[in-house]
Amino acid sequence: MNRRVYFLAVVFLFSAAALSATRFAAQSPQQPAQTPSPLLSPAQQILPPQTQSTQTPPPLPLPARPTLNVVVLDPAHGGTDTGARGSGGIRESEVLLNFSTQVRKALESTGIRVVETRQGNDNPSFDDRSAIANGQRGAVFITLHISSTGPPSTVRVYIFAPPYELGVATPAASPATNDRNGLLSWDRAQIPFLPLSQHLAELTQIQLTHRFRGSPGTHLAAAVRQLRNVAAPAIAIELSSVSVEDRATLFEMAPNLAEGVARAVTSFRSYYDAAPSIPSSSGGN
Amino acid sequence: MPRWIRWVILALVVAVLIGSVYFASLRRRVAELRQAQLRSEQARRAIEQPKIATPTDVMVKAKFFWASPHSSVALAPVEIELGLSADPVLRAKQILDTLIAGPVNSELRTLPPEATLLEFYLLKDGTAIADFSEALATAIPSGIDSEQMAVDSIARTLEANVPQVRRLKILIHGQETETLAGHLDLTGFFLVRNSAPPAESVPKSPAAPAKSEPPTPQRGAAPATALPPTKNPDPPLTKNPNAPAKLTPTPAPGKLDPPVRKP
Repeated sequence: MNRRVYFLAVVFLFSAAALSATRFAAQSPQQPAQTPSPLLSPAQQILPPQTQSTQTPPPLPLPARPTLNVVVLDPAHGGTDTGARGSGGIRESEVLLNFSTQVRKALESTGIRVVETRQGNDNPSFDDRSAIANGQRGAVFITLHISSTGPPSTVRVYIFAPPYELGVATPAASPATNDRNGLLSWDRAQIPFLPLSQHLAELTQIQLTHRFRGSPGTHLAAAVRQLRNVAAPAIAIELSSVSVEDRATLFEMAPNLAEGVARAVTSFRSYYDAAPSIPSSSGGN
Repeated sequence: MPRWIRWVILALVVAVLIGSVYFASLRRRVAELRQAQLRSEQARRAIEQPKIATPTDVMVKAKFFWASPHSSVALAPVEIELGLSADPVLRAKQILDTLIAGPVNSELRTLPPEATLLEFYLLKDGTAIADFSEALATAIPSGIDSEQMAVDSIARTLEANVPQVRRLKILIHGQETETLAGHLDLTGFFLVRNSAPPAESVPKSPAAPAKSEPPTPQRGAAPATALPPTKNPDPPLTKNPNAPAKLTPTPAPGKLDPPVRKP
C-alpha cells in the first residue's frame, strides 16, 4: 500500500514538473518571426536567423568565383505592349525579336551562352525579366529598345542612373550589400554592379559608335526601370528609330549591332573575369 | 574727263544711294519681323497658357530647359521674362504650365502639349509632388531618351526657378505609375540639386496665400545630372550629395513585447 502511494506521489510530481516546464517554455520571449523579404540569394535566406549572442555562425563555404559565361538578352515590350510605334506601322516589340535573334547568334559564335527573356510575342514583367538574369551566375544583362524619335540609324547605350553621381559608385565606395545578412535589396540590386555596368556600357558604346555614325561618343545614364533590379552588369541599348518609313532600314542595322555587341561582350569578358570583386548575388567571389 | 566716265560715276553714286536706302529699310524690316515674332509668341502664350496670377507676381527672367537645338540628347536653357508668384507652389505651377506650353520652336519641346499639370504640392522637407494628366504618359514619344529628357526638363526647370524644391515625385492622374511610357522609372523620387533651404511654410492648400519670401531663381546652380529616382522617401536627404548611396536602410531589430500572461 505504501509503495503504491509512494509511486503515485512520484508520478504526480513528475507530471507537475513537466507541465510547468511546458508552460514556462510557452511564455518565454520568442525570436522575431522571419518575414520573407524581397531580397536576393534565396540560398542565404534560409540561413538561421542572427541572434543577439556573441557566438559567430560557422563560416559558409565560399562559392566559386563566377566567370562571365552567360548573356541575358531582353527584347523589350511584347504582347499587348507593342512599345514604340512608327507611322509606317513598325512595332518596336516585333522588330526587337529579330534583333535579339541576330545578337544571340553573334554572341553564341564567340562561345557565350545566351538566354532570352522572351522568344515570342509575350510580355514578361520587369521583375520576371530581372529574375531570369538574377538566376544566372556570371551573367550580363542587355535590354534592347528602339526609340520613337532621334537621329535615324544611331544607337545609344544606357546604364541605370544611381541615386547620386556615377563617379561615386566605385567598387570601394559602393557597398555591395545593404543588409546585415549580406543580401541585396531587390529594388536596388543594380547599384553594386554599376561600376561593371559602366565599363560594359563604355565598351559597347565605342563599338556601336564606330558602326553607327552620329551616335554619341559616350554612354548615357537614365533611370531605366528594367535595369533597376538586375543583379548583374546591365545595360540598355536604344536604337533610332521606328519613325523610319521602311522597316528594312532598321533591319539593316541588325548585323552591325550584333557584331558590335558581341565584340563588346568579348572585351568585357576579360575585364569581368579579372575584376577584384564581383558582388555576391551574381555568384560571389 | 571723258563724258562716259562722268556718267559711270554718276550711275555708281545713284546705285550707292539706292543701296543705302534699301539697306536701311531692310534692317528696319528685320527688326520689325523680330518684334512680330516676339509679339506672336507672347500672344500665343497668353492664349494657350492658363494664367495663374497672384498679387505677389514679379516680372523675372525665368529659366526653362527644353531640348537643345544642337544635340538630340541634351537640354538647353532658355530665359523668358515672366510674372512669377512669391508662393513656391503657385510659382511652380506657373513655371510648369509655361514649360508644357513649350518653346517657340515646337521641335524642341520636351513635354507633349496635350499634357496638363493637374496639381502641385510642396512638402516641408522640399519634396515636390507634381501630378500630371494622363496625356503626359500617353502622348510622349516612347523611348528611354525622350522620357528621360521629359523628366530632366521638369526637374531642372524647377531647380532653376523654385529653390525650395529638393526632390520631385511625378504622379500621373493622381496615381503612382511604374514607368512614364514604358521605360523611365517613376516609382522613386528625382533629386533636384537646390542649395536653398526647403520650404519654411507650407500652405495648407495649393491656393493658400504665400508666407515665404519671394525666392530668386537659382543662377549657376549645379545642374541636376541624371535625375534618378531615390526609392525611399522617408529618410531625409543626405547633406553631402556626393556621399556614396546607402541602400535600403535596415532598422535595428525590434524587441518583441513579452506575451501576455493568461490567467
